[in-house]
Amino acid sequence: MTLQGDGGTDPRGHGDDVRAVPLRHPGRWVASAVVLVVAAAVVSSLVTNERFQWDVVGEYFFSSAILSGLWTTLWLTAVSMTIAVVLGIVIALMRLSPNPVLQGGANLYTWFFRGTPLLVQLIFLFNISALYPVLTVGVPFGPQFFEIPANDILTPAVVAIVGLSLNEAAYMAEIVRGGIKSVDHGQTEAAQALGLRRSVIMRRVVLPQAIRVILPPTGNETISMLKYTSLISVIAMPELLYSAQVIYSRTYETIPLLLVASIWYLIVTSVLTVGQAYLERRMSRDQRNPETFLGGLRRHLRVHDRRAITRRERP
Amino acid sequence: MTTPRTASDAPAVRIRGVRKSFGRLEVLRGINLEVWPGEVVCLIGPSGSGKSTLLRCVNHLEKVDGGWIEVEGELVGYRRKGDKVYELKDREICRKREQIGMVFQQFNLFPHMTVLGNVVEAPVRLGKARQREAEAAGRELLARVGLADKESAYPRQLSGGQQQRVAIARALAMRPRLMLFDEPTSALDPELVGDVLSVMADLAKDGMTMIVVTHEMGFAREAADRVVFMDQGRLVEQGSPSEILERPSHERTQAFLRRVL
Repeated sequence: MTLQGDGGTDPRGHGDDVRAVPLRHPGRWVASAVVLVVAAAVVSSLVTNERFQWDVVGEYFFSSAILSGLWTTLWLTAVSMTIAVVLGIVIALMRLSPNPVLQGGANLYTWFFRGTPLLVQLIFLFNISALYPVLTVGVPFGPQFFEIPANDILTPAVVAIVGLSLNEAAYMAEIVRGGIKSVDHGQTEAAQALGLRRSVIMRRVVLPQAIRVILPPTGNETISMLKYTSLISVIAMPELLYSAQVIYSRTYETIPLLLVASIWYLIVTSVLTVGQAYLERRMSRDQRNPETFLGGLRRHLRVHDRRAITRRERP
Repeated sequence: MTTPRTASDAPAVRIRGVRKSFGRLEVLRGINLEVWPGEVVCLIGPSGSGKSTLLRCVNHLEKVDGGWIEVEGELVGYRRKGDKVYELKDREICRKREQIGMVFQQFNLFPHMTVLGNVVEAPVRLGKARQREAEAAGRELLARVGLADKESAYPRQLSGGQQQRVAIARALAMRPRLMLFDEPTSALDPELVGDVLSVMADLAKDGMTMIVVTHEMGFAREAADRVVFMDQGRLVEQGSPSEILERPSHERTQAFLRRVL
């Protein structure tokens, strides 16, 4: 065995600088070719098929009706998601409670809202005045304090917010519960031993650690929520999709207006995805590896330097 | 019986007839034990003998099934009224736990807080001190356990031995009258055990009342006033370290010591 090897050109040689020939993957080449052909077909049809009516898309893309629909979609998402997170935490805590009534109530809630379609829940809620023409506040089987016609309260906006957030809360509850259970029980015990109260332990010790597990799926839920708001179109609330529908029912330019809506949905979900990735990176830096971005970069480079040196130092 | 180191008429901890089962498994079968103020008691015994469970009963992390435990003359987790005993509310149990520090095998530091944050959390949250006073006191405690330069580090960046010393400082920040140690060195690399034990020995020298569940016979010999041997949920024998570790009278103690020494 020789140590000075001249670049490992000798195939029989056992020089240290042997370079392996990478395995070929002909299947991948074929698959890539297929993908490229399909992509080309799609692009060419987008350009050549005049029925896409891109000029109409451009005409309506920033129209005030569409923008106000987009705004409705955005605030509806934000408000419903916020309520869902709060309600989800409450239901998660109920499910984790040792009290069987609270536990059972939470289970029933989750079972119902996850077991029926959101669309059905929304239509049901929209028609609730058929079931309860008058809403009253009072003690069951006892005195009533005040009453109000259901239709006065349940405007489309209220139905939308209530429907979306009640449904989403059931999913958020599962996510929050998973996050809380992921925190080691030793954390709670250590805090108990210090004399901290249960509510303080939850707020200061458990939830800040659970958030690491809760945040990524919550980001996904927010993106889903944005898309689910389009279901609100069935109760004639002018969010993004319904605004587009209103226009094309008048002009019969169905396809271009659906494109307008779709492109806006894509833009917003893309922005949310980027935001979610950023937030996740920040969380993991704070909690797992509390170092600055630059410090981390520097350390990373140092490691690579060292590796490069050791490689060069080898004969 | 050994004579208590500090002359005092009331024991710091009184354990009477304590029983505890997990399902069908009887972990504690009637334990009686007194710990006197300033005394260091080491609980030794094979795993599964119930020593950790007994320790966890002292600050009510486990509920006892029978018998009672008093710390400083007050029941832990319960209130006696007439001939009945009532479980206390969370708030009242917490007030009792403030006086009892505990150190765990797995450290259980809060990973999302800095070292100093871990130490000041309880005093600040419980209104024992303002943030700045608590931080000053916390820095003093960190210096005492030899970690003055680590206050802004996160637990993850410390070695096991350093984490455990932070955990001791965190428990001391509440100025406890009693410290419980649950196998504080069992999760440590052998070369890190010494640092933690010397902090504990200093604490013992300063007169802290301590109950230590440990497998470190060297520490028991050096720092303990009394060694208690437990086996199968029973207190088998107790006495001074030399009595128990060198001239055990009970056969089961002898068998255990042959295995660990």
